[in-house]
Amino acid sequence: MRLVLQRVFALARKELLSLLRDAASRAVLIGPPIIQLLVFGYAATFELKHVPFVVYNQDQGQLSRDLIARFSGSPTFDLLRVVPDQNGLQQAIDDKSALMAIDIGPTFTSDLERGKATHIQLVLDGRDSNTAGLASGYAQSIVATFNEEQLAAHGASPPSTVLLDRAWFNPNLDSQWFIVPGICGILTLLVSLLTTGLSVAREREMGTFDQLLVTPMNPTEILLGKALPGFLVGIVEGTFIVLVAIFWFHVPFTGSFPGLYLGFFCFLLATVGIGLMISSLAVTQQQGLLGVFLFMVPAIVLSGFATPIANMPRAVQYITLLDPLRYFLIILRGSFLEGGSASLFWPQYWPLALIGTVSMIVAGRLFRSRLS
Amino acid sequence: MDAIAVNDLSKSFGKGTGRRDALKNISLQLPLGSMTALIGPDGAGKTTLLRLLAGILTPCSGEIRVLDRAVPKEALALQNRIGYMPQRFGLYEDLTVEENLDLFASLHGIAHAAREGRFNELLTMTALGPFRKRLAGKLSGGMKQKLGLACTLVHSPQLLLLDEASVGVDPISRRELWSIIQQQVASRNVTVLLSTAYMDEAERCDHVLLLHEGEILAQGNPAQLAAPLQGHAFVLEEIDAVARNLQAGVAQLPGVIDTVIQGDGLRIVMDKPAPPTLPEKLAGYATPKPVATRLEDAFVSLLFSRTQRHSIALPAQRGATHDDDAPVVEVKDLFRYFGDFAAVKDVAFSVRKGEIFGLLGANGAGKSTTFRMLCGLLPSSSGTLRVAGVDLRTATAEARARIGYVSQKFSLYGPLSVQQNLSFFASAYGLRNQHRRDRIAWALEEMELKEYAGMNAGSLPLGYKQRLALACALMHGPEILFLDEPTSGVDPLARREFWARVNALAQGGTTCLVTTHFMEEAEYCDHLVLMSLGEVLAQGTPTEIKAKVRRPELPNPSMEDAFIALIEEHEQASRRAS
Repeated sequence: MRLVLQRVFALARKELLSLLRDAASRAVLIGPPIIQLLVFGYAATFELKHVPFVVYNQDQGQLSRDLIARFSGSPTFDLLRVVPDQNGLQQAIDDKSALMAIDIGPTFTSDLERGKATHIQLVLDGRDSNTAGLASGYAQSIVATFNEEQLAAHGASPPSTVLLDRAWFNPNLDSQWFIVPGICGILTLLVSLLTTGLSVAREREMGTFDQLLVTPMNPTEILLGKALPGFLVGIVEGTFIVLVAIFWFHVPFTGSFPGLYLGFFCFLLATVGIGLMISSLAVTQQQGLLGVFLFMVPAIVLSGFATPIANMPRAVQYITLLDPLRYFLIILRGSFLEGGSASLFWPQYWPLALIGTVSMIVAGRLFRSRLS
Repeated sequence: MDAIAVNDLSKSFGKGTGRRDALKNISLQLPLGSMTALIGPDGAGKTTLLRLLAGILTPCSGEIRVLDRAVPKEALALQNRIGYMPQRFGLYEDLTVEENLDLFASLHGIAHAAREGRFNELLTMTALGPFRKRLAGKLSGGMKQKLGLACTLVHSPQLLLLDEASVGVDPISRRELWSIIQQQVASRNVTVLLSTAYMDEAERCDHVLLLHEGEILAQGNPAQLAAPLQGHAFVLEEIDAVARNLQAGVAQLPGVIDTVIQGDGLRIVMDKPAPPTLPEKLAGYATPKPVATRLEDAFVSLLFSRTQRHSIALPAQRGATHDDDAPVVEVKDLFRYFGDFAAVKDVAFSVRKGEIFGLLGANGAGKSTTFRMLCGLLPSSSGTLRVAGVDLRTATAEARARIGYVSQKFSLYGPLSVQQNLSFFASAYGLRNQHRRDRIAWALEEMELKEYAGMNAGSLPLGYKQRLALACALMHGPEILFLDEPTSGVDPLARREFWARVNALAQGGTTCLVTTHFMEEAEYCDHLVLMSLGEVLAQGTPTEIKAKVRRPELPNPSMEDAFIALIEEHEQASRRAS
């Protein structure tokens, strides 16, 4: 037993050394995670800010100017210019200089002053449906507030039911809070797959694999020795990103570390297992890399990182059950935002552990059958 | 006009303390239509010189003129007049033979109308005609080299620069490559500059350049170079069985520069034109007879003074037991199929303890497949394999710890240092504590790797890589050592050193199984198996094998003669049969 451990550790140590001593593979482990962290952390946001809009105001009164001031004063919208006619409005949307246009009729102020209902027209650039939808929502809330104040000013009673929204866990609905923990999952997935997915292929290409096979090591020991560095690298990079999330992006960490790290363990079991499966199938590093990305991309799309799983077609929702990242994202977001501890995450731990165990066993089988 | 004129050329790599001079103030002139061999130990700067001439590298100082144009300034204008074949020629393995030729023809802008004729000519010359539609990746090593040469020749260059074109190629393919090159020189007055590790190839050139540590140590025609050593070479004849035991002793005698086992004799080169004084113990066996010198003697003696030589005395691995007749390796009725193709057919042989056992054959003869089956890397289709009494395919860890394996091209972990490679293999073989430390220290000491201990294995010179690979394989003191083409691409000096180590190991009781392309190395073996097309053609001692081809017109065949004669005979026979 001691001999087995010694051999496994020697192989793991060798793997880590060859990863860290080689400038190219060192760069792969350190560069992309930091770049992705910055790109996702800063660039990827669901919030809408500084939407350029134009106004075609046919009204001469005070109230229309009031309403426009509410739009241009909000952080969401930036007034691009006031256009003189319908053509100017169309032009601004067509050439994408404005995402939204407000068209106010000539009788706006007079109608309101006479206590008569009136309307304004909101034109949105539907080519970017997601942003248009969000902008429309913001615009509606501005108009709603304007309405309430108008009613109050004219002594009429305000509407009886008022919607008061409170976002729990993320009071300001800051999307960084949602995205940064997600990146932690994606990058842990990436580095553990890269570390394990290419390792056997690299040895095959260098010709050292035969050298390894004639030693007293058996296939299981070789697999364990190859799995261990994946775990280590995954944990270290994951921890690094968790720390960056807490201290750099100031995402509150409300959960428990044991709960999170048990999650890391189960998740890495699954990803390392899958990495080894890829590894035992790939003959060249190129094939290994292709395999890693063939798995990575759907795993991210199906994980609920960007788009909610609940919105996916039912059949696809079942497929997401096989995606380890899906479970780990729940653990990550739970640990950061919900104050979740280990006891809350059992429904996530066991599927991860199951995926991990099955993929490890399959990898072992594939490995052995590839040898014969 | 000279084809190549080089004046005061220097090239170094790296910066600061890592700076290393590859070439120092080289000057040379090679006339048009001449054939020049570039020889020298590994790391002498042969490849750097060829790359500079091809315009791929920029010199640090000095002038190069190739075919009357300045290089690298006007290299572009020369591209269609030079054919450069690097050590590993970049064939596209997923393209067919014909597609590869087509691609290189397009790269050189050869008109479609002119192609067919040129292709036919090249394919006939290389005997690759029947394989036009075969993927380059599916060709044997020798065929790949021939195709590489054909692609290099596709645009009818006036100057050929060949970097070890025949490395890793069996004697038959080597002979074919040579006839193609010589044909180019004879029929089209092509100038050839080639680097080689084979002294017999260099001997066939008009001119030889001996490079050592970036400088030209000697140049001239082969006979000229060997002339000063006239009278220095001797041979001890008919000492057959004791040759190997004698060699180590004779090598230590005063005045001896070089000893080589040759046939059933021992060839000796002295530093003075006087025969060695044999100690009384040996004097009874034979008396030294003077023989003609050759280029290799000049090579070894010129380098002898410049490189420190070390006596190689590996400690005995284990006490030699006297059950010497029990076979350590036994192979019977061995078959291996890849699909329908039989790579190994009905192979049988056995190896006794402490023997040096050689497996020879052309590229694709099945020797590597047989080797891989013996090491347990590949299952056999049928038949029995016994190594140290077990089948390694199904053997336990303990049984596998009894063999050592040096794979082709010295597979080591490039990014790891020498020390880290050793320590990894020590752990992989389950060595512990004091024993582990002792063995690592032993390896650094005996293989003279100490000063390289911190260097990455990937950046070692080839000869040192070979030593490190051997050290890793010997880490656990195996009973049986498998060496798969352990001297491919290694220069004659490093090869001698390597064989001295293997000899010492065998004397210590370690059984060594070797595959090799160097026919003169077959002479070091106690027992040989010659394979062709998956079958065993002949086996026996080197003398027995050579005796098979002894004819009145060939009274004293070399191992290479025997190899080629036996294989051609067999291939013809099997062609007739099919």
